[in-house]
Amino acid sequence: MDIIGSFDVKFLQIINEAGVCDAALLPSMEAPDLKKIFETMILVRTFNQRALSLQREGRIGTYASVLGQEASQIGSALALEKDDWIFPSFRESAVLISRGYPMWMLYRYWMGDERGMKAPDDMNIFPMSVPVGTQLPHAVGAAFAMKYRNDRRVAAVYFGDGGSSRGDFHEALNLAGVFKSPVIFLLQNNQWAISVPRARQTAAATLAQRAFGYGIPGIQVDGNDILAVYRATKEAADRARGGEGPTLIECYTYRLDDHTTADDASRYRRKEEVEEWREKEPLLRFRLFLEKKGLRTKEYEEEVAKKALEAVDKEIEKAEKFPPPDPADIIRYTNFELTARQKTELKEFGWEK
Amino acid sequence: MGKITIVQAINMALSEEMQRDTNVVIIGEDVGKDGGVFRVTEGLQEKFGPERVVDTPLSELGIIGSAIGMAAYGIKPVVEIQFMGFIYAGLEQIFSHASRLRSRSRGRFSAPIVVRTPYGIGIKPPELHSESAEALFCHMPGVKVVVPSTPYNAKGLLKSAIRDSDPVIFLEPSRLYRSIKAEVPEDDYTVPLGKAEVYQEGKEITVVAWGTMLHRAAEAAEGFDCEIIDLMTLKPLDEEAILKSVRKTGRLVVVHEASKSGGLGAEISALVAEEAVEYLKAPILRVAGPEAVIPMARLEDYYMPGKERIRKAYEKVMLY
Ligand SMILES: Cc1ncc(C[n+]2csc(CCOP(=O)(O)OP(=O)(O)O)c2C)c(N)n1
Ligand SMILES: [Mg+2]
Repeated sequence: MDIIGSFDVKFLQIINEAGVCDAALLPSMEAPDLKKIFETMILVRTFNQRALSLQREGRIGTYASVLGQEASQIGSALALEKDDWIFPSFRESAVLISRGYPMWMLYRYWMGDERGMKAPDDMNIFPMSVPVGTQLPHAVGAAFAMKYRNDRRVAAVYFGDGGSSRGDFHEALNLAGVFKSPVIFLLQNNQWAISVPRARQTAAATLAQRAFGYGIPGIQVDGNDILAVYRATKEAADRARGGEGPTLIECYTYRLDDHTTADDASRYRRKEEVEEWREKEPLLRFRLFLEKKGLRTKEYEEEVAKKALEAVDKEIEKAEKFPPPDPADIIRYTNFELTARQKTELKEFGWEK
Repeated sequence: MGKITIVQAINMALSEEMQRDTNVVIIGEDVGKDGGVFRVTEGLQEKFGPERVVDTPLSELGIIGSAIGMAAYGIKPVVEIQFMGFIYAGLEQIFSHASRLRSRSRGRFSAPIVVRTPYGIGIKPPELHSESAEALFCHMPGVKVVVPSTPYNAKGLLKSAIRDSDPVIFLEPSRLYRSIKAEVPEDDYTVPLGKAEVYQEGKEITVVAWGTMLHRAAEAAEGFDCEIIDLMTLKPLDEEAILKSVRKTGRLVVVHEASKSGGLGAEISALVAEEAVEYLKAPILRVAGPEAVIPMARLEDYYMPGKERIRKAYEKVMLY
């Protein structure tokens, strides 16, 4: 028999766990860029920690932590241009914060207020998608439209290892390949989908290799190495803008916390596994890397942490002081114009102003 | 045995049915080791093994679609969909296949699957965790739709659903999962599908409700002479039970949390209008959600019919 096709699955890492980097692969970044990355990581961590404690105090509802996935989210989000479109799942707080999304609005959202998902007009950020994997085709469609209009933009869609088992994933990759759409599939492989381990999502050895079945490039990156994620995303975006179509990037990372605050991961995964991954978490190695470059001192980090805490506290205050939503909003945003029935209901329920 | 919750009653039904019939298998996301996100299948994988309590990839279409093949082959899959809001990818499989395999093959094949899923408003969860789309399934010929309202009928109805010859969508009101407790016999009893039950007898208003709203409608009935019917099986409708009561009271109020437009209340109202209009003393009223998406936590209580709204309807029909 002849071999009529074969595929190599590439893995990209730039900074290893010891903070040592492969200089040849480093993206061109000046000190302020690197510091911005670090500061965003600290800000996200602060946001996340506070969200978890607010949930425990009953001040917000169920929340999905991003702890451990900061590199995959921030590295990719910062590699995109301002006009690009982003299609997040519910775990993408770090993506949104990296793009300047108001944190108080995110808190509002997790308080159960839809207004928290009304992205500011200058941000092309879709509302977080709760049904897993369903957002992928939307990104393909937006990318189709970008190409149709000759806009040099890309659509980036975030989803998990669990999401990659849905039909939506397969259909979206296939469509994107056929359309050659400028879309980047940012698969956040955090090894778990609630209690289901990655090995039970698919018999395939990597998630990246699934791209090949659809005729598009796929790569696995060390998802705890923020510069590797940045570089891979930048390259995919450049290719997309250059008319070369979609890319699947599997960010190989780990969900260090419970699935959400409603979950108890000790029921299904070993403590030792979590501890092993804790040593590989993204902030540790980026901190070491900056230290080696002389960009991180204890004082600097303390200052960054202090500022982050102040900023987050202010945002929480703003979120909690925000007036409650108007019940008429339930109906008001359903259609472009109220239907006759909706008009009657606004009256009947006493919600009409 | 003490009083148990609906979660425990369903667990009991599953366990007993698996014990009774080795063909019964459970499949779904997180149903095994984790025991399901609501812990409904807790302990079952330990008891029956991973071949019978199967953790699946995140793949609702695949889960429901493969359940059809399993059922056609002769085993009995009980599917868990984590929340009703996540069943939609499986609709093609339910609507295009499960519901019509019997008809398409003129009886040679059928798909007696059970699809269990938590549904309804009332636990202040994230978006799409409160769907109340029962009417969608009721509209589709060939599937049965069941909603338990107490631990007792949860166990008995699920056992009937598992033993039924047709596909059954088994909708478990998440708000009731742990909020009511009752004694449930440990013996092997069933509650028949297709039969409603008089939850509370009365003479002046027939109230039809199911799931969470049954309890609301009953709380709101204080001071009124309501006959409250717990529908339990939404499809096929127990028409006779509804008509019998309306012929006695001459008034009908239907309460459901789903949007009124195109909701199941319309079907029940039309039935009464067609079959018992001459007995009606007052217009039929529906107390239901507005024509809008079910909101997240902050607005949830506004959407769901509350006691006041229900009482208003009772007052209104009593004006006649
Ligand atoms: C279609 C659908 N099915 C089930 C769920 C319930 N659920 C929420 S998150 C989740 C696991 C998702 O895993 P993954 O895609 O890996 O993302 P992660 O949570 O790890 O970020 C499940 C099963 C859902 N939200 N949507
Ligand atoms: Mg995951």
